[in-house]
Amino acid sequence: MLKDLITTEENYNYAFLDEGSKREIRRNLLKAVAIPGYQVPFGSRELPIGRGWGTGGLQITLSLIGQGDIVKVIDQGTDAGVNAANIRRLIERTAPDVTTTFQTTEATIIQTRHRIPEEKMQAGQLLVLQVPLPEPLRLVERSENATRRMHADKNYSRMWVALYEEIVKHGLLARAYSYPVMVNGRYVMAPSPIPRWDVEKLHNAEHLSLFGAGREKRLYAVPPRTAVIPLDFEDYPFTVEDFHGIRCQRCGAEHSFLDEITTEAGQKTYMCSDTAYCDERVAKKAAEREMQKEFAG
Amino acid sequence: MGYVAVKGGIDAILAAEELVKLGRLQCHSELLQIDQLIEQQRMAVDQVMSEAGLYDEKLAALALKQAEGDLMEAGFLLRAYKSTLERLGYSLPIDTSRMKVLRRISSAFKNIPGGQVLGRTRDYTQRLLDFNLIEEIRAPESAFQQPKATTDMPKFSRVSDLLRAEGLLTALAPSEQEPFDITRDTLKFPAPRSARLQTLARGETGAMVALGYSSLRGYGMVHPTISELRYGKVPVEFLHPLTGNPVTIGQLRVTEVEALNHDYSIVGRDKDGIAQQESTNNNEEKAEPLYELGYGLVYGQNERKAISMSILDRAMDIGGDAPSSDQEFVLYHIDSVESSGFVEHLKLPHYVTFQSSLDRSREETRLAYAAEARKK
Repeated sequence: MLKDLITTEENYNYAFLDEGSKREIRRNLLKAVAIPGYQVPFGSRELPIGRGWGTGGLQITLSLIGQGDIVKVIDQGTDAGVNAANIRRLIERTAPDVTTTFQTTEATIIQTRHRIPEEKMQAGQLLVLQVPLPEPLRLVERSENATRRMHADKNYSRMWVALYEEIVKHGLLARAYSYPVMVNGRYVMAPSPIPRWDVEKLHNAEHLSLFGAGREKRLYAVPPRTAVIPLDFEDYPFTVEDFHGIRCQRCGAEHSFLDEITTEAGQKTYMCSDTAYCDERVAKKAAEREMQKEFAG
Repeated sequence: MGYVAVKGGIDAILAAEELVKLGRLQCHSELLQIDQLIEQQRMAVDQVMSEAGLYDEKLAALALKQAEGDLMEAGFLLRAYKSTLERLGYSLPIDTSRMKVLRRISSAFKNIPGGQVLGRTRDYTQRLLDFNLIEEIRAPESAFQQPKATTDMPKFSRVSDLLRAEGLLTALAPSEQEPFDITRDTLKFPAPRSARLQTLARGETGAMVALGYSSLRGYGMVHPTISELRYGKVPVEFLHPLTGNPVTIGQLRVTEVEALNHDYSIVGRDKDGIAQQESTNNNEEKAEPLYELGYGLVYGQNERKAISMSILDRAMDIGGDAPSSDQEFVLYHIDSVESSGFVEHLKLPHYVTFQSSLDRSREETRLAYAAEARKK
């Protein structure tokens, strides 16, 4: 009897979850899209990757993918990172008719941890974000019961006070990433721990963004062309990370989120965090050089 | 200089996976068989089934073997497997009064109807290493006592029923409410008791023991007396989809605990037998002290988890400031899959967010220097 249970991937359901579970997640996503920024509770399932390693995003992806989909998975900006590779492998194993890609423009679904691609996403593309801590008010209120009531009442006074206190204490808006945003003028939302750099990509975007927090059992969404405004003050405006005067050592990009890299020799250099974007630029440059050579020849 | 940003992730993963597989197989001893685990590592198998919330000895043993004895990892494997199974329906509630009792004790009463059945327990063994087990030889069949036929198993009444008959415990009213399903719905607070009990039933043993212990030590009010602890087999019944009749589909080994707590807030009962709280009772005359039950039921034999569950059940019922009484604190933190997943996710790269926080720290330092310079 145990022999029957020796499972190769063929013995698993298409896209791992059973169909009933996938339908439930899709229904909850519809609700999330209908109420931008509102956290919809859902019956989060356990997956064969760790809770807190992207199960929320993966449940969204698994319940949406089907034949013809092209999936890209990013972790910290790169498709080749171990967690991205692992999640992509699980998708490939359990949904064999889905193809995967590293290219942002080619993907129908992009599942990501901590970054939004540098390349502008288009209408029809889905961005799935993995969310570790979906509750933006958790920093000012530890009780889930209380934060839900605060959202219901649109009572964000304590959030504003906390931001004000940061300025008093540190002289600046000190939140580095997962910067709280107001969605559609109604709900304050945690945009997953993306850097401040990526927040503007959610505002009036062409694409649909879906957020999944597996461990915390919440789904939420930002539909296309929806206002996503960071919380800030007139005299202390929201600013993004400062990469002024530095550029990617590899592709030369001047407007891209950069990883700081210390070389073996102790030198500090910078490279694009979005490796697919960087690769694309390097390839384009090489092609241009080829063309020039041909002209010259 | 190569391109630094962790390329080759997939190769590294495959190599690591290979190391895990080989590591277990590179041994001089005989390879473990699933049956050995079920028969000889019973407590570990039980703990894995309990924390996974899936009763299947063979799969739990398989998970344990695959995880090289890591209980949390084994529970995780089994829990993930559960996500692939279609939900067919709900069984009828198991009736523990029909339990084939293998062990049953009461700390509240010396004499209980049916008697105390000590059964298979290590409670009174001296914890000395038995060096004879190092090179153990199989005992001859004749050394084992023939187990008694289970047909003459007496039906045990509940100790708590005695207290109810005396009016010291609130009568049990069958709940008409459909139980909350924690695997399908997200907890909302205050959580209904059915949701709390389910979360506790598959909670991590160690975490629950720590929280239960905190209440006994004084971070809380609950320090119960065990009315009854039983361990044994109960039948599971399912309504037949065609005939509508209950059909027994198998049996579970479970540990059940009923723990008595003296409830000081209850001062009497009204004419319907409903407990009256101090604040709502204007009657000057105080009734005799009354008790409330804390309840624990877990898969397999895991008495410390079942007892901890009964403490936490009661602690959350009475509420208050203690950690063990705080529903959100207890229910959000006792799940092994959730807690270990998030703690271990710290091993993932955090380059992007750390870059952001460096940016803010440097800006803050720059502002501080600038302010200092202005003062001079």
